[in-house]
Amino acid sequence: MLEGLMIGLSTAFSLTNILMVIGGCLIGTFIGMLPGLGPMSIIAIMIPVAITLGDPSAALILLAGVYYGAIFGGSTSSILLNAPGVAGTVASSFDGYPMARAGMAGKALTIAAISSFMGGTIGAILLMVFAPMLSTVALLFHSAEYFALMVVGLSAIAAFAGTGNVAKALMMTLLGLMMATVGEGALFNMPRFTMGLMDLQSGFSFITLAMAMFALPEAIFLVMNPNRSAQGGEDGGKITGLRISGQEARKIAPVIGRQSIQGFFIGVLPGAGATIASFLGYAVERNIATEEEQKEFGKGSIKGLAAPETANNAACTGSFVPLLTLGIPGSGTTAILLGALIALNVTPGPRLMVDSPHIFWAVIISMYIGNLVLLVLNLPLIPYIAKVLSIPRNYLIPFILFFTLMGSYIGQNNATELLILVGFGICATVLRFADYPLAPLLIGFILGRMLEDNFARSMQIYDGISFILDRPMTLGLLVLAILLVIVPSYRARRARARAAGVADGD
Amino acid sequence: MALDRWIALIILGIALAYGYAAFFTMDQLLPPFMQRNPIWPSTFPKVLAVLSIITAAIIVLGLEKPSGEVKTPDIDYRRLGDYNIGQAALLLGLMVAYALLLRPAGFLLSTSGFLIVGAMILGERKLWILIPVAAFATGVVWYLVEGVLGIFLRPLPFFLG
Repeated sequence: MLEGLMIGLSTAFSLTNILMVIGGCLIGTFIGMLPGLGPMSIIAIMIPVAITLGDPSAALILLAGVYYGAIFGGSTSSILLNAPGVAGTVASSFDGYPMARAGMAGKALTIAAISSFMGGTIGAILLMVFAPMLSTVALLFHSAEYFALMVVGLSAIAAFAGTGNVAKALMMTLLGLMMATVGEGALFNMPRFTMGLMDLQSGFSFITLAMAMFALPEAIFLVMNPNRSAQGGEDGGKITGLRISGQEARKIAPVIGRQSIQGFFIGVLPGAGATIASFLGYAVERNIATEEEQKEFGKGSIKGLAAPETANNAACTGSFVPLLTLGIPGSGTTAILLGALIALNVTPGPRLMVDSPHIFWAVIISMYIGNLVLLVLNLPLIPYIAKVLSIPRNYLIPFILFFTLMGSYIGQNNATELLILVGFGICATVLRFADYPLAPLLIGFILGRMLEDNFARSMQIYDGISFILDRPMTLGLLVLAILLVIVPSYRARRARARAAGVADGD
Repeated sequence: MALDRWIALIILGIALAYGYAAFFTMDQLLPPFMQRNPIWPSTFPKVLAVLSIITAAIIVLGLEKPSGEVKTPDIDYRRLGDYNIGQAALLLGLMVAYALLLRPAGFLLSTSGFLIVGAMILGERKLWILIPVAAFATGVVWYLVEGVLGIFLRPLPFFLG
């Protein structure tokens, strides 16, 4: 591990990579602050830039910097405007906004920054400990287990979509998998489902799909509902009193400790990301607080602000564990990162630590640097960055649209791609109207090729479907996947039956 | 029938077409030596087709009841008229126009045009600010893409080079 750390330090401390972290964090903070643009949209927009860098570690460092920058920026707009830029920071507005209203905006931002810093740093330490352990285990996996593991990941993501939505999330995952089969794969050397169109020969572009699923619908929603982008106006300029007292620091220290660990492990689970971690962190801290402190929650409690802020950053770091060790993304954001890595010819997975340790360790080291950048560089700059909140939407929206167009054009250098982007963007908007989750579709699309590859390899090795029965671990994982999908809807059904007063036989 | 079930019906149609293609049109083209393989190009799509037809049917038939909690959606599609749907549609049309014009009209002209018209659709009328801002931003982006990232974008209309 020490050797790895040294490699990571030497890679991460090169001038380019330090600039990447700083640039990524600043861009992420800047755009993450804009209400309605989440980390997924921002990373999707940044991918063409990252891919043109050509160096996978620099690209991943840049995108990771953008990721936590976006979360940090999202909490700033939650606190100042009560308009969370990112779903993971909604819980921060519960106590952050009342604090800002009470004239303590500076203090709230400091607490948010310190909690984020601690959450991210402790998360990075945990990542450093657990990722190598997990990847040692993962090296024992064969393609059959990989196939099963991906199925578990996909069904966990569908299952976390919430009761009443499991079928929809599953449907979206399957649709993503189906879209992944379009085009000519390496496996069979024949085009499939292209309907004779040349433009589909190489399949759909993942950048276009990522833009169409996240950035474009967000922008359309901003146009359709102006209230979504509540403007800060004059308040953005007056942020003073960034200091916190020693007493306050002692009060939030245990909260930060608990929430970093809890948030990290929630982040590791597939499907449960920063959003769930932050809400759960808030709820847990409120429940274990003393009677007196409980009354403050929701009215500007510093504990209530520190909890979600720590948890969401720790969860972001945690979500890198399955990505870096198994090559399986647990969230939409890490799925986009995975897509970017594949485009750079790096396949994340247990071999990553063995084959290209510099990438693995450089990313971890850059997480420390990134968190430090957010604390030292961004915090003092916040009053100025917050000015971005007063950019009129008449200017903002055309630019967002333009950047989605540019991103998908740069990736493919093909104007037809732009028409595909608009077409999918409209479909995605309609799907969002009807409350279909879109992240599973993208995750399914990105995992589709790998899922089929591993499935095909196991079929070839075992000459048929018998690998499922011959390998107990594969069977176990597949059973787990089925349970994950069936149990929530079964429990909802039973709860309804009980509520309706119908005996259900137990 | 609610919108989500109509969508599921459309997806069901797509899944059926996909399944038809996988089950009936792909295997004839397979060379004989590949037919000895345990896995065919159509194997995985067949599995997907069956699973997605089942899932779509579950949604269409409403077998999975939503939980009691009513979420307030970002946009209530039943009241589409209350939102700026016209602006959204115009902007989407503008994006299509941009896609078609990017090659023939060149990057600089089509991009500054896109930014200006986009802002005007949203109600911006201060042209003396808007036009310089759009032109400046276009220039900066062009420099970044062409100079820094090294990707060629034809800057001027086709008849000028």
